[in-house]
Amino acid sequence: MSSLEKRQEYRALFKQNVQKRLIVDKIVRIIIISCVIAAIIPLGSILFEVFKNGIAAISIEFLTEIPGSVGSGTGGVGPAIQGTLIVVGLASLIGVPIGVMSGIFLSEYGDNRLARSVRFFNDVFMEFPSIVLGIFAFLVIVLVLGHFSVWAGAFALSLIMFPIVARTTEESLKMVPITYREAGTALGLRKWVVTMRIVIAAAKEGMVTGVMLAVARIGGETAPLIMTILGSSLFFANMNTPMDALPLRIWRLSMLPYESAQLQGWGAALVLIFIILGINLGVRTLVLHKKETMQILKTLKEKVGGKN
Amino acid sequence: MEKVFSKKNDRKFDPDKIFKMGAVVAGCFVLVVIVLLVFQLITQSYPIWEENGLSFIIGTDWNAADGRESFGALPYIVGTLVTSALAMAIGVPLSIGIAMFISDAPKKIGAPLGFLVELLAAVPSIIYGLWGLYVFREFFMNSVEKPLHNTFGDSIWLFSGTPFGLDIFTASIILAIMIIPTVSSVAREVMKAVPQQQKEAAYMLGATKWEMFKLAIFPYSKTGLIGASILGLGRAVGETMAVTMLIGNATGLNAIPGSLFDPSQTMSSIIANEFVEASPAGLHLPALIGVALVLLGIAMVINVIAHLLVTRMLKVKEGAINT
Amino acid sequence: MTSKTQTTSDLFENDSEKFKMIAEDVTISYGDIPAVKNVNMKFKEKSVTALIGPSGCGKTTFLRCLNRMHDMTKNAKVEGKVMIDGIDLYSKEIDPIYHRRKVGMVFQKPNPFPTMSIFDNVTAGLRLNGVKDKRILNEIVEDTLKMAYLWDEVKSDLKKPAVELSGGQQQRLCIARALAIQPEVLLMDEPASALDPIATQKIEETITELKKEFTIIIVTHNMQQAVRVSDYTGFMYLGDLIEFRHTKKLFTDPKNDLTAKYVQGQFG
Repeated sequence: MSSLEKRQEYRALFKQNVQKRLIVDKIVRIIIISCVIAAIIPLGSILFEVFKNGIAAISIEFLTEIPGSVGSGTGGVGPAIQGTLIVVGLASLIGVPIGVMSGIFLSEYGDNRLARSVRFFNDVFMEFPSIVLGIFAFLVIVLVLGHFSVWAGAFALSLIMFPIVARTTEESLKMVPITYREAGTALGLRKWVVTMRIVIAAAKEGMVTGVMLAVARIGGETAPLIMTILGSSLFFANMNTPMDALPLRIWRLSMLPYESAQLQGWGAALVLIFIILGINLGVRTLVLHKKETMQILKTLKEKVGGKN
Repeated sequence: MEKVFSKKNDRKFDPDKIFKMGAVVAGCFVLVVIVLLVFQLITQSYPIWEENGLSFIIGTDWNAADGRESFGALPYIVGTLVTSALAMAIGVPLSIGIAMFISDAPKKIGAPLGFLVELLAAVPSIIYGLWGLYVFREFFMNSVEKPLHNTFGDSIWLFSGTPFGLDIFTASIILAIMIIPTVSSVAREVMKAVPQQQKEAAYMLGATKWEMFKLAIFPYSKTGLIGASILGLGRAVGETMAVTMLIGNATGLNAIPGSLFDPSQTMSSIIANEFVEASPAGLHLPALIGVALVLLGIAMVINVIAHLLVTRMLKVKEGAINT
Repeated sequence: MTSKTQTTSDLFENDSEKFKMIAEDVTISYGDIPAVKNVNMKFKEKSVTALIGPSGCGKTTFLRCLNRMHDMTKNAKVEGKVMIDGIDLYSKEIDPIYHRRKVGMVFQKPNPFPTMSIFDNVTAGLRLNGVKDKRILNEIVEDTLKMAYLWDEVKSDLKKPAVELSGGQQQRLCIARALAIQPEVLLMDEPASALDPIATQKIEETITELKKEFTIIIVTHNMQQAVRVSDYTGFMYLGDLIEFRHTKKLFTDPKNDLTAKYVQGQFG
């Protein structure tokens, strides 16, 4: 056992380094704060530039009319707005039911090997590059039909959507207390009635949040639309012709060497970001206080992010 | 319960069973899609493998002109790997710094900041591209690339190319910004998973905050942090639009960058640029689908690794040390 | 101050001995709810003071404030004064790091750094303090592991990760880690709660031995343990320090009704 003297001796070996360490700590702190600032500046700049440049382009004509002749700076992005609404709506019609049922499978029948692999591949599929999904839709629809198709675009987007909906549905359903299910069963209700009427009703809010955020996510997708709906200058005609969408229109406009086209590009970007951030902010501020919604957002934060 | 209702269930249609079937089918949908997708990519790109074999992957020529068709994917593989690696090198330290700040800040500051960083994830890729093209490019070219080139251009090969703003450097910086929300929020989660007792142990020993991170948080969450970074890498590899708009879109040998200021091309950007014009009759389309197959392979490997690491880390947290 | 519960104490009244730590009017609250109310205590150098009381009485909360461990709890607030060697621990001018070097702490649950080896766990605090000499480190590791009664079990395998030790061994490793920074005060929060009887006995022996050089403050809800190891005992109840006296006197002749009921095992 060490004697008092010995321990004094040890103590004497300690460097008087606290001052120095505290300075290092301060420096690290400054570096960390700079990291935060380095992330906030681009966000601020993007929002500012889109707003500043875009607002100049916005008018009733811009929002409702077809594009004017190239470089003229006339006309608008009416077909693009319409196309985005159509393709996102159709994608939701396909993606939401599949996603919800898949989420029900994972949550209510999910205690087996099949479900575990579904969950794993669902997560992996969520990270598939979206352009690859576009190619898939191209191969199984466009190539087979022989022409560009609105369905192909909707299908590609639904492939991005359904794993997100599945995962958020699972999370929301899991948060419904087991006693709800027991109560339903005790009333003599069948399992599917219990699930659809009681469990889903209780988890509604979280599920809607997940769907809305998935909608916001696919609304900004560009890459999978390139080879499926192609883009167009005209309003929607039928399912078997090319159609426009806001992201595609922004891309086209930004590639044109005319100032007026760029300006219209910013205007389209403002419309797009208004829709997408509107959904995001709306969902987050309206329901942020709810516990289950927080959980959904936490899951989404990890699972949903990069767009192509 | 089964017994009580067995009489009702005698009907041939058992709604419960049908419902369950529906759920199982929907659940398996993802498996079917993955299998079909991989199958389609393989069969539709088959002509290029048949023609070139594995030299498609190591070839550097890229010519779609009739009669002189020649396709090698190496430049784009290199382009993807170089931009993604650069994006990681810049984005991951930033993200971990942000995660450190937010995980440690009082809720009043941390929550809104976390929210702002997540908004970065909500901005569509195409808008990053637009902003990059018309705002960031000019700033970056004039205040970063040119000074670097003028000072080090002759001595360091990295800075030798002519700064033009449409190059791998610009594209990588935009990519780095785009992976920040992913990496920082996963990093935040795994750091939060470190038990309070670990932090207390470090503080008890007289650690400063930074030393506490080094003693308690980083070693404990290392696996998860690596997973978070790799998840970011996965995102960067598959990212398309912003890169397409900023990388300069070189093809063939020209797409292998000689310096940070050279244009290049990634796997996803060559697809975005050429897919619609490629004719299904020749080898051009199979070549692009072959590129997509390689891209998917790389992205999948990266993501599977990332998922396994993050899940392992979060599992360790549950069964870790305390008896 | 008027509503304050009077602490029964016949301690230190004309005692001229040196006090290592003094807590004056310490109140600790979480949000608006006080968990510890106006506690006054003095801790004599080279003695063992035990804090007992039913769970939720604030004894752990109080112990943690002696090392400024509440700094990390988001809504905790500490009022009053805590002096160590006459210097206020909560003074704004001095970083808590200076004090924490003097105070070692052992927590209720063993919390070794799981990815580090036994050796690295023990030397973690030393490395912070700039001690790098391999020979010295080896010497201190051996010393402190012996003091924590762990040396014989691990001496052949110091490179082993700490997680591979049993719960009792991990707790003794944590004691060694706290001792390695050569503290003057040792705070122990129910150090034996996760241990089997043999390990408990060993730790109690360690405490008795360490008392010769350290000022030890131990939280326990095992009254026998308090009797066995401590010189002074404070009984806390609902955030108040009810009685603070020589251990023997408190257990054999409690002055306060609550204390009497508690030590007779009527609640707790």
